[in-house]
Amino acid sequence: MPAGRTVEAMMLGKLDWSAIPFDQPIPLIAGAMVLVGILAVLTWVVVKDHLPYLWHEWITSVDHKRIGVMYILLASVMLLRGGSDAIMMRIQQAVAYQSQGYLPPEHYNQIFSAHGTIMIFFVAMPFVIGLMNLVVPLQLGVRDVAFPTLNSVGFWLTSTGALLVNVSLVVGEFARTGWLAFPPLSGLTYSPGVGVDYYAWSLQISGVGTLVAGINLVTTVLKLRTKGMNYLRMPMFCWTTLASNLLIVAAFPILTATLAMLLLDRYLGFHFFTNEAGGNVMMFMNLIWAWGHPEVYILVLPAFGIYSEVVSTFSGKPLFGYRSMVLATMAICVISFMVWLHHFFTMGAGPDVNAIFGIASMIIAVPTGVKIYNWLFTMYGGRIRFATPMLWSVGFMVTFIIGGLTGVLVAVPPADFMLHNSMFLVAHFHNVIIGGVLFGAFAGFEYWFPKAFGFRLDERWGKVAFWFTFIGFYVTFMPLYVVGMLGMTRRLQHYDVAAWRPWMMVAAIGMLLLSIGVLAQVMQLVVSIRNREALRDRTGDPWDGRSLEWATSSPPPVFNFAFSPDVRGEDAYWAMKWRAKVQQLEDHPGPEYQDIEMPRNSPTGFVCAFFATVMGFALIWHIWWMVILGGLGAFATFVVFAWRDHDEYVIPAAEVERIDRINIEERRSLVSMAGAA
Amino acid sequence: MSDQTHARIEHDLAPGEEEQHSVGERVIGYVVGLVLALLLTATSFFIAGTDLVWQPSIPVALIVLAIAQMGVHLVFFLHITTGPDNTNNVLALAFGLLIVFLVVGGTVWIMGHLNQNMPPMDQFIQMHS
Repeated sequence: MPAGRTVEAMMLGKLDWSAIPFDQPIPLIAGAMVLVGILAVLTWVVVKDHLPYLWHEWITSVDHKRIGVMYILLASVMLLRGGSDAIMMRIQQAVAYQSQGYLPPEHYNQIFSAHGTIMIFFVAMPFVIGLMNLVVPLQLGVRDVAFPTLNSVGFWLTSTGALLVNVSLVVGEFARTGWLAFPPLSGLTYSPGVGVDYYAWSLQISGVGTLVAGINLVTTVLKLRTKGMNYLRMPMFCWTTLASNLLIVAAFPILTATLAMLLLDRYLGFHFFTNEAGGNVMMFMNLIWAWGHPEVYILVLPAFGIYSEVVSTFSGKPLFGYRSMVLATMAICVISFMVWLHHFFTMGAGPDVNAIFGIASMIIAVPTGVKIYNWLFTMYGGRIRFATPMLWSVGFMVTFIIGGLTGVLVAVPPADFMLHNSMFLVAHFHNVIIGGVLFGAFAGFEYWFPKAFGFRLDERWGKVAFWFTFIGFYVTFMPLYVVGMLGMTRRLQHYDVAAWRPWMMVAAIGMLLLSIGVLAQVMQLVVSIRNREALRDRTGDPWDGRSLEWATSSPPPVFNFAFSPDVRGEDAYWAMKWRAKVQQLEDHPGPEYQDIEMPRNSPTGFVCAFFATVMGFALIWHIWWMVILGGLGAFATFVVFAWRDHDEYVIPAAEVERIDRINIEERRSLVSMAGAA
Repeated sequence: MSDQTHARIEHDLAPGEEEQHSVGERVIGYVVGLVLALLLTATSFFIAGTDLVWQPSIPVALIVLAIAQMGVHLVFFLHITTGPDNTNNVLALAFGLLIVFLVVGGTVWIMGHLNQNMPPMDQFIQMHS
């Protein structure tokens, strides 16, 4: 018997049938439904013979546009998962007054941990990285990112992380420690299960993916710009992408190192963050927030860039104060590394440390304020079109100002001592993340969808989605400010204070409105796909845009531009349109088309992520032979890729000409129509 | 309009890109770097184990030698120069140094204050008895 058990332990590590939560119906049913869904989709794909298409056009694609779309798809699916967690929490807090509610504490704790982890790492991050991938090379007027295959690896490693988090729903458990897994709670003593391991390994693997994406995008902006695209002619979104990815490159190694130390504590008995043997738990707080605060700006800076593009386009004016905007972006980029202590004012650093970091936190609101005024002045005197992306942008301005003001409030250390760990804080960061990042992601989604797919999204459903989300947000989160003031702490599984109850009911109703908003967005997608012929964007410039992504067709050809655009100022495409209109010239007066070399598709990313998934799962369950297998597989993939013979293929000039002519014809009709009007 | 995928806006080299130097010059560069790096490493080990220098200054000496070591790596192996072809690399290095300075300096400052304000219970009792 012991011998049998040892063999089993060698083969399966900590894994056995008790890992499947047969006694908990909610995760089991949810998991079964997801499994059935996945199987149904897979069957459909195989039966309809879509597998070759998926493999050649998407899974192995190294085209930045395709990878961007896949990032956004991943983020959208995970938004539904993180949203379900949010719905469950709101219902729990609405019903758990003087009772246990319907979620037992250990399950509730997993849900709020998973909600935070998923929403930040697997919704907000992939959404903004996806938009940056999709748009930045187009805006810079180039044919691809700096490292196309690495880009694919980055995406697939992010997916691995997301997959592992979701596997924890059915096999084992997720962390019960909150989204940042503070020790000693996340140490082996208090979290002996696999939950924290799921958390840490999925973030380690997806963290590699994020770092890779960051390096790739920094290099792209710095090294690959079309002729004449000086730094000060780049669209604002490229600047915020640069700033955000510089922060990724600088901050994500801190996260990786911190989690590595936590894992060493858990796996090999180290004492970095233990209470005994010279460990220091406060060092974890310090390090995780030295990453965590820049992370906030990694998310919101690209959103600021999206608003800049949208506001300028839909006001029909150049961005007001472009240079001050650049300066504000880069100022935020640096100051974001000088404020992290404000996440733990209450933990005993003392008045002088708190005062300095409090002041730095207030100072960072100044460049953000500069941005808000710039957007307002961009709108001032403009001919504003309230299309859906513009609605999200205006909604953002109103909401973000409220969130920013409560942020300045908690940046004051004495006020923070009152509000730390309360629902007020929960309301504040949802106020800035939903109102800032998510609204921005949606604005970017609506704005660039026609570019990615060649047809516009249905405006009516888009507006329904906006209004439900906008109002739903206020109904959900304003009550949380109030209960925070009334002394409610965050992460309560149940409570006995009568005064909080009505507010929690209101918040639950708000959650319903938010859910309708999300459903409307799904509806919008369905309706738009169904009416895609009527919504077709033939010219490549559906919004009367100003930057270079609108200078090519929708969807752009794989090489983006038949000729590298020649940039002579800010708002490059706007200037080109005016030149074409005034001089009545064709866009291309007839230079010779030339062969274009493009990077070949590569399964490297997918195969690498497959082995990373195997290795991550094995590490979580202590299945050492499988860890070695996964590691060797990933390394072998890298070696095979490094020894590749030819990694580019040639699109012949005739083919480039054929594709480009179609676009020129469509555009000519646009110009002549505009001339007639 | 020319058809360049990667139009060079300014003359700037990525790390690993080499243009003007011959193979011989490059080998000499690496050898000099290796000798310097070995020398600095040997000095560190030597200083740590002798009483030639004033004992309390040993940690400082080691830090200085470590920083010199980084400098040697940057110059001879990563080819950071002050020339116009290196603007991006120098800027990236400066940004990296700034962030390291902020994070390490901030951490030392914060953790110092935390340790002072929140010692373990036994020390706390000692301090107040």
